[in-house]
Amino acid sequence: MFGLESAAGVDGAALVIGVVLVEALVLYVGYGYLERLVGPRLVAALRGDS
Amino acid sequence: MELFGVAVTLLALFGGFGVLIGLLFGFFGMGGSFLVTPALMVMGYETDVAVASGLAFVFATSVIATLKHRDLGQVDYKLGVLMIAGTTAGIEVGKIGLHWLQELGLADTVVSVIYVALLGGIGVFITYTATRGGGGDGISHDADAEREGDLDDADIPDIAKKIQSYRVPPMMSLRGGISVSLWLILAVAFATGLLSGFLGVGGGFIRMPALFYLIGVPVPVAVGTDLFEIVFSGGIGSFLYAIDGAVELSIVVPLLAGSALGARLGAAATDLVDEDEIKVYFGVMLLLGALAVAIRKVGEFADIPVLQTVSLVVILGAAALVSGAVVVSSVRALRSETGYTARTAD
Repeated sequence: MFGLESAAGVDGAALVIGVVLVEALVLYVGYGYLERLVGPRLVAALRGDS
Repeated sequence: MELFGVAVTLLALFGGFGVLIGLLFGFFGMGGSFLVTPALMVMGYETDVAVASGLAFVFATSVIATLKHRDLGQVDYKLGVLMIAGTTAGIEVGKIGLHWLQELGLADTVVSVIYVALLGGIGVFITYTATRGGGGDGISHDADAEREGDLDDADIPDIAKKIQSYRVPPMMSLRGGISVSLWLILAVAFATGLLSGFLGVGGGFIRMPALFYLIGVPVPVAVGTDLFEIVFSGGIGSFLYAIDGAVELSIVVPLLAGSALGARLGAAATDLVDEDEIKVYFGVMLLLGALAVAIRKVGEFADIPVLQTVSLVVILGAAALVSGAVVVSSVRALRSETGYTARTAD
């Protein structure tokens, strides 16, 4: 995936773990924003308010 | 159809499984990561790939959870650093042991047996306490659940007081006025690190109770310190495996994307549903997880390929069952005016 199939050794490992870390940070920020944006409307829809 | 060289169906499968795992982690504060490695093994991945990818997943989820805890003052950094030292040694020994068993051709069997024992044992304990109406293992990873935690009035368990009475120098002073032997901290850290390196789990479901019951750390601090420690142990563990090329990004990336979303939904559900109402499902899910690993091994020994499929259906079905129970209970609570509690974004 992302052309990293053969990534091994210390440099390759650092790259792979770096990708995972960056994804975690992006997801934390991105989903947090999404929750604030969509959360209240989703809750209202599930409650049948809309 | 492929995306980044990986079949879209596979990405969707891992993404969907991640949502289920995240829902469980977000709601119960535990139970997500130690289903991942057996699920990957059931799917036919090599043991080291399953363990390494499980560890990388644990690393990433703990980064996200730790970010939620960072401002709550629930991390004992001195204890955390000591735990990292002991855990790192344990992970390295666990990794060496796994590779040694792999060379002997025994890794899959040994890891499977340990998983069956662990999942089965914890599943029996949780089901038993849930059916008896006990609080059981109510230690949560969730920052929101711990925000109003009992940091000030946490009682030190009797067994922790007894252990702390053995004063083997050097003694370490920890948050909460606790004084405990350095050797005990390192022993607990090493043992959980061994599990992490060997099984590809964060070890939190053992380390948190160990910090509380054996060392006497208040629960909120045990949770925060445990997550802080898992960031490093999971990171180091997955890095060590990644050097050998064992971390599979086509597993970790979609699994994490789904899990991070599911964890937010699960955390939101904690405001709506009483955990004790659903805990029995969680216990049954762990028992089904143990059963799935056992079915797969029987299928291998008896050369019955269909049991591999049965095993996969059981483990995915178990996670779907409990996640579904959380979602259905949450929607029901939302629709009943009395069960609704306004939730704001964290």
